[in-house]
Amino acid sequence: MKKLMMASAATALMAGTAFADGHATEVKIGVILGFTGPLESITPAMGAGAEMAMAEVTASGALLDSATVTSVRGDSTCIDAGAATAAAERLITSDGVHGIMGADCSGVTGAILQNVARANGVVMISPSATSPGLSTAEDDGLFFRTAPSDARQGVIITNILQDRGVNEVALTYTNNDYGKGLADAFQAEFEKAGGTVTISAAHEDGKADYSAEVGALASGGGETLVVAGYVDQGGSGIVRAALDTGAFDTFYFPDGMVGAKLNENFGEELNGSYGAYPGTDSPGAASFVELAEAAGFDGTGAFAPESYDAAALLMFAMQAANSTDSAAYKEHVFDVANAPGVQIFPGELAKGLELIKAGEDIDYVGASAVELIGPGESAGNYQEIEFADGVYSTIKYR
Amino acid sequence: MDLLNAIVALSNFVLIPAIAYGSQLALGALGVTLIYGILRFSNFAHGDTMAFGTMCTILVTWAFQSIGISGGPLPTALLALPFGIAGCAALILATDRGIYKFYRTQKAKPVIFVIVSLGVMFIMNGLVRFIIGPDDQRFSDGERFIISVRDFKALTGLKEGLAIKTTQGITVITAVIVVALLFYFLNRTRTGKSMRAYSDNEDLALLSGINPERVVMVTWLIVAALATIAGVLYGLDKSFKPFVYFQLLLPIFAAAIVGGLGSPIGAIAGGFVIAFSEVTITYAWKKVATYALPDALAPDGLAQLLSTDYKFAVSFVILLIVLLFRPTGLFAGKSV
Repeated sequence: MKKLMMASAATALMAGTAFADGHATEVKIGVILGFTGPLESITPAMGAGAEMAMAEVTASGALLDSATVTSVRGDSTCIDAGAATAAAERLITSDGVHGIMGADCSGVTGAILQNVARANGVVMISPSATSPGLSTAEDDGLFFRTAPSDARQGVIITNILQDRGVNEVALTYTNNDYGKGLADAFQAEFEKAGGTVTISAAHEDGKADYSAEVGALASGGGETLVVAGYVDQGGSGIVRAALDTGAFDTFYFPDGMVGAKLNENFGEELNGSYGAYPGTDSPGAASFVELAEAAGFDGTGAFAPESYDAAALLMFAMQAANSTDSAAYKEHVFDVANAPGVQIFPGELAKGLELIKAGEDIDYVGASAVELIGPGESAGNYQEIEFADGVYSTIKYR
Repeated sequence: MDLLNAIVALSNFVLIPAIAYGSQLALGALGVTLIYGILRFSNFAHGDTMAFGTMCTILVTWAFQSIGISGGPLPTALLALPFGIAGCAALILATDRGIYKFYRTQKAKPVIFVIVSLGVMFIMNGLVRFIIGPDDQRFSDGERFIISVRDFKALTGLKEGLAIKTTQGITVITAVIVVALLFYFLNRTRTGKSMRAYSDNEDLALLSGINPERVVMVTWLIVAALATIAGVLYGLDKSFKPFVYFQLLLPIFAAAIVGGLGSPIGAIAGGFVIAFSEVTITYAWKKVATYALPDALAPDGLAQLLSTDYKFAVSFVILLIVLLFRPTGLFAGKSV
């Protein structure tokens, strides 16, 4: 008798857990970003962006059965696939997250996707992995990104350079998935458009001396040096050495290089250089910056808006599927991100959740004008920047 | 005129950076080679000794800057250098008393010393990160250039520019002075001679009344000075980051071994061989060749022997070749 009661109690408990799984009162979202490593100066704002979306939803009480959304942070390190995989494994198996906002760099994102997310069947939405390789990666429908592929950035760089009449450039890239992917995409696009890449040379991050690389780049020549690197790492080292030796006066900075560090490190020396990083003039971007300011972080930081959007999409998809189960809600990510439906901007997450609950369609625009295309990646909006008087400012949206 | 442009371009991108880098490696390799020659083990903690000395110098530099002392056009760090050396020497002597002496009295085998130095390396590594943090630190101030590209072009009217950074100038001058002093010390003074005697034949030296503890202490003091100077010069010229100093260990050892472990002249030659091979073999000669050769012969491609990705491989290939054909190094040091 006693045994029977124990058994039924246990069954009831297990049923309870299973039931709660569908309508959890606590939704956990993993935030895996490189809080240490080459991107450590931009990841705090990215993490804060994602967590702001979660706080907004928690406060509204509109998600599922007025669920509270908590963030569980993990360190992707940006470069160490082993450490990133271990961090993701911990988030899923020990913290039990229902979805992953991350990772940031393309290499670790691919590693986590293949080794952890697919193995455990958990949805991940990356705010900043831009390698073209991820477009064709096996993902079981689990992987999305609110950042555009670099194949798209290659087109943007080509357009910006050609609008300025630049037809000959030297190219250096950081020796990893991101750098190599962007460099190849850009070179293919630029040459197709009739431009010449005089030399394409890799550089290693974390070295103190780049004279050999800059020597080779200078010998290749060209009107501008395209630096597909990281602002906290070798990218800045290359720029420093190129300026010191007078090898190049103007630079083109892709997304990984645009950051406040450039103003700090170089200032006036970069006057006349230009670049572009993801961003949009949609009203969502401005309201995101205001929200970020109120929350106490820099909303203009690279990939902070995309992080907010990635987290928001995860929660909208859960609401649309009425489930926190990845296998169920992965089908709904496209629906909530794209037209048709009522447009939803940052700060209106509660409204979006209510609409979905009422059975209406939404078109999440968000902070970065998200529009998912192809295998689940953002179509991409870029803001063109230019240096004048030692600081960079946005001059145009593309 | 074209030939002049070729020479200027070559100096700007190859000769000057390689000479500065070579001097820094040479000073580092001198420290390694002295320890190998006199204390008879490979000191893996050398890179982190450099980092520790540099860190002391940086802290004193910041203190000087905050109370308004500056070196004028020269970096303030040069004024702080003696304090950095003192700090580094204190740590190294404490390490010797506390750790190496224990093994010395036991007459431990060299391989044990190597492993002990590996442990010391990790402790120093942690100590530096604990005190100053793992990030990049900039501490150079004063004039940035002896001559900048713009000034040079205006001055000579050449198409190619030439830049000499203040830190590159200081590096070479300091290296020459330090090496001259070291050789004077080793060859002319009584203590220096007793050190060489101890290095050549320990037992004979002991019989002729040389105090071994004194020799060891003086060696460590010189090594502390060399490591700190090399580290500060490298940090001024590039930037200070503990992890980079840890990695510097490889080219420094390559330099010391190529030159011949235990031979001071070899360490200097080795430093330059490594520095030049890293820069020249991966240099794209197109620009220089276009200036120097008649139009018909000018290359279409980059005329680059190896992509810059392989620059570290280059030093180690040289190291392998030297070890295969001259195991004692270019200047016949002790066999490895």
